[in-house]
Formats: sequence, structure tokens, C-alpha cells
Amino acid sequence: MPDSIAFKLNGKPVHLGVDGERTLLWVLRTDLGLTGTKFGCGEGHCGSCTVLVNNVASRACLLKAKHVADKEVVTIEGLAPEGKLHPLQKAFMQHDALQCGFCIPGMILTGAAFLKTHPHPTREQIVRGLEQNFCRCGAHVRIIQAMQTAAAELGNMVKR
Amino acid sequence: MKTEDYLALDFIDVPTLPADVLAERAAELLRSSGAMAPRSAEAEPAGPGKPAERFPLNRREFLTWLSTGIVIFISLGDVADAQETRRQRSGRPSGPSDFNAFLRIGEDGRVTCFTGKIEMGQGPITSLPQMLAEDLEVPLESVDIVMGDTALCPWDMGTHGSMTTRSFGPNLRAAAAEAKAVLLELAAESLKVPPTQLTAKDGVIFDQQNKEHRVTYAQLAKGQKIERHLTGKAALKEPASFNVMGKPQVRRDSLGKVTGKAQYAGDVRLPGMLYASILRPPAHGAKLKSAETDACKQIPGVQVVHEDDLVAVLHQFPDVAEAALAKIKAEFEVPEPTVDDKTIFDHLLKVAQEPRVGAHGGDLEEGTKLASKKFESTYLNSYVSHAAMETHTALAQIEGDKATVWASTQSPFGARDQIARALGFPPENVRVITPFVGGGFGGKSQSAQAVEAARLAKAVGKPVQVCRTREEEFFYDTFRPAAVVKIKSGVDGAGKIAFWDYEVFFAGERGASHFYSIPHHRTAASGRGFGGEGPHPFGTGAWRAPGNNTNTFARESQIDLMAAAAGVDPVESRLQNLTDARMVRVLKAAAERFGWTPAKAPSKRGYGVACGIDAGSYVAAIAEAAVDPKKGTVQVKRVVCAQDMGLVVNPEGAKIQVEGCITMGLGYALSEEIHFQGGKVLDTNFDTYELPRFSWVPEIETVLVENKELPPQGGGEPAIILMGALVANAIHDATGARLFQCPMTPERVKAALAKA
Repeated sequence: MPDSIAFKLNGKPVHLGVDGERTLLWVLRTDLGLTGTKFGCGEGHCGSCTVLVNNVASRACLLKAKHVADKEVVTIEGLAPEGKLHPLQKAFMQHDALQCGFCIPGMILTGAAFLKTHPHPTREQIVRGLEQNFCRCGAHVRIIQAMQTAAAELGNMVKR
Repeated sequence: MKTEDYLALDFIDVPTLPADVLAERAAELLRSSGAMAPRSAEAEPAGPGKPAERFPLNRREFLTWLSTGIVIFISLGDVADAQETRRQRSGRPSGPSDFNAFLRIGEDGRVTCFTGKIEMGQGPITSLPQMLAEDLEVPLESVDIVMGDTALCPWDMGTHGSMTTRSFGPNLRAAAAEAKAVLLELAAESLKVPPTQLTAKDGVIFDQQNKEHRVTYAQLAKGQKIERHLTGKAALKEPASFNVMGKPQVRRDSLGKVTGKAQYAGDVRLPGMLYASILRPPAHGAKLKSAETDACKQIPGVQVVHEDDLVAVLHQFPDVAEAALAKIKAEFEVPEPTVDDKTIFDHLLKVAQEPRVGAHGGDLEEGTKLASKKFESTYLNSYVSHAAMETHTALAQIEGDKATVWASTQSPFGARDQIARALGFPPENVRVITPFVGGGFGGKSQSAQAVEAARLAKAVGKPVQVCRTREEEFFYDTFRPAAVVKIKSGVDGAGKIAFWDYEVFFAGERGASHFYSIPHHRTAASGRGFGGEGPHPFGTGAWRAPGNNTNTFARESQIDLMAAAAGVDPVESRLQNLTDARMVRVLKAAAERFGWTPAKAPSKRGYGVACGIDAGSYVAAIAEAAVDPKKGTVQVKRVVCAQDMGLVVNPEGAKIQVEGCITMGLGYALSEEIHFQGGKVLDTNFDTYELPRFSWVPEIETVLVENKELPPQGGGEPAIILMGALVANAIHDATGARLFQCPMTPERVKAALAKA
């Protein structure tokens, strides 16, 4: 039986008529057509499906639809409202911090949540913060650089 | 380029609606219908298969569109490997049948290149337009590229073997030069000036004596219907005059990839589409005895297809289909396992045929006499998975006697032919479109998922998506084959290698031949190591630099071991035995950047060195690693890699590939290994099959050794071949322990330390 689940998705209210036991990842990807959230492993190991739930990086493959009721969900599509890129998105482009790109939405959202709690991260902290996200192409070196650049830009934005 | 400019780049395709609009629409749809209907596609999906709305979508319009402007057909017959031309080809968009790609200059001045190559992260969506823009003298922004669409692009053998830049690139440049020559002829007529007095730049041809006396490519192409075949007579630009090639460029796919708008096969949505979950056997070789599907059919909206060996559950939501599949009670007859990941090496040696001798010279007996120290080693390498982050995915739609399939594949034309055979359709009735591919590494050359999607779409009369679970991805992966290398070798009193007797089993010949100056030597190989049948309990296939990872691990370990025994510094020892100037150059470049100081191994510094050749490129690397003797863990701290890859099209792209090779290569060196019992693959996800993580990644420095006279060579594979030996040699230098098997897991490191 469909449940009525209300939550905020990328800043807009959403009312879903879905079975609350369904997997959030697939509700996002199929019911809502937000395909930027990727399926990588289905067991929470790889981080390709990472979304923000109340600003916390969360694995959408492990969450059920009911888990986000009354919460705020941000997917990669919601990180750049009105086409204005998030500093991390710009930094990933600047540093060529991607290859096949499949892990990148999850990587950027994990990074965005991390930078909120670690505004002045050391390299070691960045490594720890991204440790649970996999990139098979091996863009790691540049992803770390992109994180450093974005942290600096976010820092400047706060100062201004 | 400043970051602000990225958004202004109009050539980057951003076709989907803004996220908030989309969410609003979806929410509205759900509210109004009260149903759980999936969003239908606004338009055809975007991606490398369709860069922009600039050219028509359907075939008839496409052919009309193609018949105007200036078109140059590119045949790979002359330059490329013969495979490209030998294969049978069909289903061409139009015209002649002996070309592999073409480019068109339109009446709007835009240039479009059509190629069957695909973009899976290795960067041709950016590097090929760079080459085209360079020799055609047009702004890079005016070049579009259409990739991997079998209805629009001419036949292509597939994207592998580092051939895109190496073999396809020079032909693309030649075609661009040819097109420029045609344009110059047209301009000479139009401006009434001899061609020699004209200069082409930024899509404009002007009179050298009066720059205002000019005509644009767009003007020249207007009303034209010119078809030319590549003659190869037009001269390519000299590297000294390059404006676009050799300079870093923003990746064309990056904006789409950081915003989530880049579409992969699994992101394509069609009205009424269903998602399939397929019943899989517990082991390779297992036979389905019975499948009880009644319970599954009780679930609302579920459709079950049982067609020969194919049992699938379909639903409008993939997670519902997957849950329904679990309700099927199936019985399989599973053969008794005869081999596992421990016994596989003995098994391989037992079933191997007599190795076939390739390169050889001198007299091994003579060489053995000359040697003052002799060595005999056996090197083992395990099955490893491609483990691309995107699992094999496809969406198939059947309309009458025509099929359209969006597939994550490295081989769109191979997939097309397979699908056509399975459906009983002629190949030209099957269109395979390849959106962005989420990693391939050789693993997406097989497209069984696309065939399954097509069969299911035909069975239910609706579009069907097949997206493999991670467990299915491991199970059906065509692993890099487990392999054995046996080496007998010796050095003379002066540290020169006196003889080299090399036998490789099941890795293949790529990288088996050594490049040292050895008077008495023999290299022999048995078994290619590809294919599903035969010695391996499951499918094996090409894995990033196939064969060469195993061969370079063995060769460079043995070279190191001999240097250590002879008491010679490992860099010095290699230089003593090298005469190949390219190899000497890259090794010296790596040593210099690293700050190498000679020492006899084990020096306790944890320094390792390795050299190799792959895909026409020469690579040498030096690493620093630390070993935790208690835990047996290895941390690679720094890697300097020098690479001579001929002419470098996009230096930043080349460095990214080197970094990717080094990072990915840490996996097969340290942790990656498929565990199995007979045909049962025990690794089903990333909990037991461990990929390299951020904390593993060393400081990486890439030195691109300039060699502009040589055409571009491969870049996506070479550096990865070094990682096994690089790590093994660094472990030895740190501890004195020698590892003879990849991956060098903590258990194996501890075992080697106990023996040292």
C-alpha cells in the first residue's frame, strides 16, 4: 500500500505516494527521475548513491523512503540551484578531478557535507572524510586537490 | 580558463531540466496521478552519443542533413592495425563502405566528427576534438563529436587497447588536414586568389596580402555537397605550430558529470519502461532444473518472463523487481568444484600446452655457462575484477522489427551484432547508443546485459532496463586471468645479464618480451588467457593493459632480484643492461625527479623501481613504500612516473591517466584477488574485494618525457603495468623480503618476512 511521505527535496516540498519500505535510491532514480544519484554496489560500500539528508551524507541504497519523511534531502541536482555551481563542483572541474564520472555525484555530496563540518581541513582529514567513497578510475589525487581548493573558496566566502 | 568561464561554454551539453523544476514536475505528477508512475523522458538522452540538439535525431533527417556541407570519410586501412579493416561491417549510415569515421563541416560552420569510439573516462570526447580543431584550423568550441551510436557512426572495432588516440587520432588529423585543403581550394575560387596565398585560421580563410579579403568555412560550406575520401596527402601541422594540441583543455564531459546531468545507460527513461531482475545460477557451469515463480507473480505489477535459460522478473520499479525475484524458488544442478583460488596455479600449469617460443636469440646453454650467479623463480598473479563503478546496464526498446538499445559498452557494434543475432533482426535494424560509460577497463567489451534487455523487451513488448547488481557484476565479469611466469636467468661477474629464459602461462604475450640487452635469451608463452571455456572456471578477458601487468611484475621483479644478488644498485643495474634509448631516457628521468641516490638493495629505504613498455609508450617509475612488519601492511608513500608516449595531445589528460593507472594498480598489487570455489565466485561486493581507497594513494609525480617526433601512443594503460613490481621491489628494499605473488596481501607479506 502506498504511504504518503512528505519531505523537502532540493529545496522544494515533495509529497510521495509510495510504499515507505522502498529503497530511497530507486525512488529518487525512477519515481522522481533524479538520475544523478548512482547505483554502485547496493550495500553501502562504495558511496556512489550518497545524498544529503538533513546535511548529513547518507547512502541512499541503505535508506528506505520512510526514513526521509519530514527531512531535507539534497541530491547532486540540488547542489547547483539556478545553474550556480557549488565551489566543489567548480573545483572538480578545475582540477579535472574526474574520469568516468560515475562516482562523482556521491563524491561531491560527501565532500560538501564534510566541508560543512570541517571548514579548514588538513589533507589527512580530507582523506579520512572520503575514505568510504570509491573511485575506480583513480582520480583520488585530484579529488583531494579539488577539496582543498573548494575549502579555501568556501573559507573566503565566509570571510566576505 | 577561469572557473567563471566554464558555465559560458556553450558546447557542453546540459539537456535536462534544472533539478528544482524536475522535482516539482515529478511531485506534481505523483500528486495528480496518485500513482507511482515513472517520469517519462522529455527527449532522447544526451551524452557522447548526441552532443547537442544541433543535428536531427531520426535517420532520414540525419541522412538529409549529412548530404549537405563538406564531408570527409576516414578509413583506417592504411595506418591502423589490420583488425579495423578485416572485420565484416554493415549497417552504415550511407555512402561508401570502406571508412571508419567521418567529419562534416556544416553550413553553420560547425564541425561534427562521428566515431564509434566511446567515452568511459579516458577522455577522447575532449582529445579527439582537440586534434580535429588543430589540423582543421577551427576554434575548439565549434567542434562536436558523436560517439558510439551505431546508427550515426561508421563501424568501429571497439574502444580498447589504447587505440583511440594512437590509431584513430592520426587519421582524424589527416582528415582534418584534407578538409582544410578542400576549403582552401574553394576559398581560392571564391576569393580569386591562389591557394598558396591563403591562410586558414579559426574557421576563416584570408588572403595573406589583405586580411580583410576573407571567407568563412560556413560560407564555403553553404550549398555544397562535397564528399572526399581521405587520401593522406594533405600535410599535418608541425608540433611547433600547435595551438590546441599539447595544451590542457577543460574536459567536455566535466560540467555534466559534476552536476549529475551526464547520462549513463541506466539514466535513460522511456515511457512505460520496466526494470528486470534476472535469475542467476549460484555457480558457473550450474544448470537450472526448476523455477517456481507463482509466489512472485502474486506481487502487483510483476511480470515474469521464462524463455529457455532466461528467467526474469519485471516491474516498473527496480527495487520491487529485485524483491520479487527473491520469491522465486529455483533449483540448480551445481557441478562439484575441482579447483579454487589456492589450487588454480597448479591446475593452470597442468593443463597448459607447451609454450610457444616468441623472441629468442643466442644460445641459452652458452649463456648459462657465462653466468656466475643463476636464478630460478616462479611468479603468480591472481584473477582480478574490472569492478567499474557502473555495473553493466542497458535499456532496450523494440518497435516492430527495429530495436534501439542504450548500453554501457566498450563495443557498440559488437553489441549490435550480438543483439541482432539474439532477436533474429538484421544488424541494420538494431541501433546501439552508447551514453557515457561509467568505467570499462576492458570489462565492458562483452555486452550480455544488452542482449538480455533486448530479449526481454521483445518478450513483454515494453522497453526494459537490465542493470546488473554488484553481485552479478562480479559473477559475470571477464576477470584478468590468473597466470604463472617461470623465469630462469643469470648474471655474469660484471653484473651483465648473461641469459634469460622466460615462460608465461595464461597471461598472454603482451609485455612478455624483455627490452634489455641480453645475449642469450628466449621468451615463450602458453595460453592467451581470454575466453570463457578451457582452463578457467569462469570468463576471463582483457583487463587494463592485458597480460602486461603479470609480465612486467615477473620481469621487473627478477631483474631486481638479480641486481640485489649482484650487489648493484637497481637503477644502475638496469642502465647497465639497457641499450634502448627511449627506455634509458624514461628511467633516467624518473630517477632524476625522484632524487635517486645509488645504494645496494635492501637499503632499508623502501625504494622500488620498475620499467616497462605498453601500447607504444615507455614508462619507468620509482616508488617509496613503508612496510609494517607486524601487520604486514604496505603504504606506498610516493611514486614518480616518467612516460614517453610520443606526441602528447592533452598533457593534463595524460597525467590523469598515469595517476589513474598508479592508483588503480595499487589494487592488484596489494589487495585485489577473486576468491572462488570451482565456478562459484565468493566475492560478491566490495566488502571482501577491496579497491584502493583515498588513504592508499601516494604522492604522485608524472614526468612526460617529450618525444614530439613520434605520433601519439597509448596513455590509459602503460603506467599500470609497473605497479606489481614497483611495490614488490620497494618491499624488498625496505625489508629484504621478496614477494612472488600478487596481490601482496598482509598475510603474504608476513609470510615473506618470516622467510627473509
